[in-house]
Amino acid sequence: MALGREDHELHKRRKNGNLWIGGILGGFVLLVFTVTVVKLSSGQMIEGFDHAVRPSITVNDK
Amino acid sequence: MTDIGIDQAEPYEAQIGDYFELLKPGVMRLVVFTAFVGMMVAPVAVHPVIGFACLLFVAIGAGASGALNMWWDADIDRIMKRTVGRPIPSGRVSPEVALQLGLWLSVVSVAMLGLFGNYLAAGLLAFTIFFYAVVYSMWLKRLTPQNIVIGGAAGAFPPMIGWAIATGGVSLESVLMFALIFMWTPPHFWALSLFMNEDYTRAGVPMMTVARGRPYTRKLILAYALLLAPVALALAFTSIGGWVYFTTAVVMNVVFVWGAFQISRTAEANAEAEKYKYEKKYFVYSIFYLFAHFLALLVDALLDAVELAPAFPVMF
Repeated sequence: MALGREDHELHKRRKNGNLWIGGILGGFVLLVFTVTVVKLSSGQMIEGFDHAVRPSITVNDK
Repeated sequence: MTDIGIDQAEPYEAQIGDYFELLKPGVMRLVVFTAFVGMMVAPVAVHPVIGFACLLFVAIGAGASGALNMWWDADIDRIMKRTVGRPIPSGRVSPEVALQLGLWLSVVSVAMLGLFGNYLAAGLLAFTIFFYAVVYSMWLKRLTPQNIVIGGAAGAFPPMIGWAIATGGVSLESVLMFALIFMWTPPHFWALSLFMNEDYTRAGVPMMTVARGRPYTRKLILAYALLLAPVALALAFTSIGGWVYFTTAVVMNVVFVWGAFQISRTAEANAEAEKYKYEKKYFVYSIFYLFAHFLALLVDALLDAVELAPAFPVMF
């Protein structure tokens, strides 16, 4: 007979569910990180216009 | 004596698989596939990581609309044989949780697609979720026999979203991919309702077979199959068409129209005696039909990429 909480089926199921949620969150973090690296390394614009002209976002005609 | 209370009868606790089922994985597969093809055939290449991330959130968005649909339709899902085993009617997930999951996943998927892809793709995804959950599920489904004709638009947007992820725009090619699924949806679902009519009648859903009867629906299936054929063939003569697609479209549409013709001529007594065997076959074929068209587009795009595609006239 299972006496300890740890052995109970309910806790096993919950642990399994928690592992899934942890995995999904970890995967999400990894995905955001990877996409960020790809976007930055492919030289995409990361600075937008924010109501003030900055040299880094102006086109140099010279 | 029991050690703790949980040894007694416990209420069922939803598992990850139950939540996944709420997202309608079957529909999700078709959405991902057509969106993937829409992205791959577009004239702008997408980085594989960006493409994967965007498609993942298109899939999650589609799943979110599925969860919202299941939340709204829980009452009729309990009545219909086909849907009684779904997570809400079977008591595995509560309606409140399904609603929360649907809403949160909608917000997350649209926001992430906007960040990873572009705002047009995100806007189209948001509109798709709205259209499926609100326009189709809440408004049209129980109101009119035209429910799946108009509601079919929700299922037709994914290739357009895929195209928008790559190009940031909408063009004739993506509109025709939309039109292909849009025109395909009515004969596909009406074939289903021919042999699921009792379910829809019991649930009070005014499918065409319920509202206007099976003989009329059979004629409509033929009419839509005839209207679908030129749309499917027109795609062959755009920049994304080619010999593989053209050949596939000709063969598949001849069979589809011929099948619809047979269905239109079938007497109800005969169909019932044969337990709607032919209608069931036609329904399965219709799934294969759509899959084959998009697969052919993909093959033509791959042949084009490796410069092996023979010349094919582009008229549109």
